[in-house]
Amino acid sequence: MKFRRYPTQDHPLLRILLSLTAISVVALFLVLPLATVFTEALRKGFGMAIDALKDPDALAAVRLTLLTAAIAVPLNAAFGIAGAWAIAKFVFKGKQFLTTLIDLPFSILPVVSGLIYVLIFGLQGWFGDSLRDANIKIIFALPGIVLATIFVTFPFVARELIPLMTDQGREEEEAATSLGASGWQTFARVTLPNIKWGLLYGVLLCNARAMGEFGAVSVVSGHIRGLTNTMPLHVEVLYNDYQFVGAFAVASLLALLAIVTLVLKSLLEWHFADEIAATHRH
Amino acid sequence: MRKIQALAFAAVVALSVGAANAADVKLLNVSYDPTRELYKDLNTAFAAQWKAKTGENVIINQSHGGSGAQARAVIDGLDADVVTLALAYDIDAISQKAKLLPVNWQKRLPENATPYTSTIVFLVRKGNPWKIKDWPDLVKPGIQVITPNPKTSGGARWAYLAAWAYALKQPGGNPEKAKAFVAALYHHVPVLDTGARGSTTTFVQRGIGDVLLDWENEAQLALKEQGGDKFEVVYPKASILAEPPVAVLDKNVDRHGTRKVAEAYLQFLYTKQAQEIEAKDFYRPRDPEVAKAFARSFPPLTLYTIDDIFGG
Repeated sequence: MKFRRYPTQDHPLLRILLSLTAISVVALFLVLPLATVFTEALRKGFGMAIDALKDPDALAAVRLTLLTAAIAVPLNAAFGIAGAWAIAKFVFKGKQFLTTLIDLPFSILPVVSGLIYVLIFGLQGWFGDSLRDANIKIIFALPGIVLATIFVTFPFVARELIPLMTDQGREEEEAATSLGASGWQTFARVTLPNIKWGLLYGVLLCNARAMGEFGAVSVVSGHIRGLTNTMPLHVEVLYNDYQFVGAFAVASLLALLAIVTLVLKSLLEWHFADEIAATHRH
Repeated sequence: MRKIQALAFAAVVALSVGAANAADVKLLNVSYDPTRELYKDLNTAFAAQWKAKTGENVIINQSHGGSGAQARAVIDGLDADVVTLALAYDIDAISQKAKLLPVNWQKRLPENATPYTSTIVFLVRKGNPWKIKDWPDLVKPGIQVITPNPKTSGGARWAYLAAWAYALKQPGGNPEKAKAFVAALYHHVPVLDTGARGSTTTFVQRGIGDVLLDWENEAQLALKEQGGDKFEVVYPKASILAEPPVAVLDKNVDRHGTRKVAEAYLQFLYTKQAQEIEAKDFYRPRDPEVAKAFARSFPPLTLYTIDDIFGG
């Protein structure tokens, strides 16, 4: 039997070669480092890794990271929906500018975004003296860490929603309004159900980055152990303290959080596959 | 969304309850990079002593990093009660730029406000394959020297001064020759980390370089952590007397109402008990008796002071 190949198809050998390259790159640069993190954490036994996580400073870092994400992610979800809604559904002056502004955090170095807050709220900054007199701590405390995290993770939800909402157009909202729905009803019954999968995806990405952010948070943290070290910062502290098991145990926990997020997303997608396909047809 | 809000609320409550149960007094000690282990030990001892004396619980929070970077953070508002940095210059900067303490701060505690001293030594790989014994060996062809960036690290500045002092004190030595020697030395440095601990990790964990220019305490600690079968410490014939000073930040302690405990904390560093802890963590104690008891840990070498080099 003669082998037939369509003109648009690559040679089978080339296809195998390309697939193998892709698989080995993934294995080498993604799977292997991830596996190393876990094996290093468990090098001296499961008990040691658990003990390292039960250390008060490690627990404080976990608590701070979760708290930061719990504040930053809902706020960014709200900002993201509002921004995407305005950009996708309306025509107004400065729309392009707003889109650029939303993308800004992606193009600024995280360390610089942290420094912005130090320059504004630091003791030598614009509001330094008045904040100190009022006994309000912004940088080197929780508010600064949350602000830096919000800034860095700002675009995730909006970026996810803008193309989706632009695609969906505004016919459904117009129909709802013409049938007498109030603005809020239109949003809750029409807009939100249409964007919920995109929103979920944006929130998950935003959350992963919020928990993993290092550079910006490092600048505003002050590195006070047990108080202002988030999990990524605590990993660095432990590594430099010669506590390798502890460092990799905390890193594993961070990686696990990310993996759980991804699995959750895949499970939801798989479970609601029909519905997702339906919203995309709009 | 509602769940996330509930979670956030629960977390806030948990956090504030945690804060309410916390100690009667809190101090923040902003320190330089290699003192992590030292202050962990000293803080436990001081807290026990303060509790016995006053009945108050004191919790001392720690922040560590390159000395220059830490000073910058304090200037920008990191709310430290005391600073324990690598060199006086960094505390001078806090005094000048943020006016948190008077300019004569170094006169307020004994011994230039330095309860312990250290010096710069060489850490080499086991067996000393390149036979590195003294400063001139560092600039031999092919030798790679690891040292942090003098712009951010206090230890690196002391290393710079130690190299300078060596060259200056050679027969016929003068500032030009010293400058030439230091320049030649830095040509042998492939990586400049920001802090002492970063350089130690580069040398010890990543296996880069033939010799690490390091704090004595940092080199001895690396030896202890890694076991003596991989590295050895080499003492040059002469080095620098490194004086890492400590100071209370007046404006901050007065605002926090922590002046008494902060001052007691720094005075505690000079007591026999604290000096022994410092010696055990490889810092050279000021107390002559403790120094004598730990003489075996600290091989003698010529130690030039800053005044020896720059004439005061």
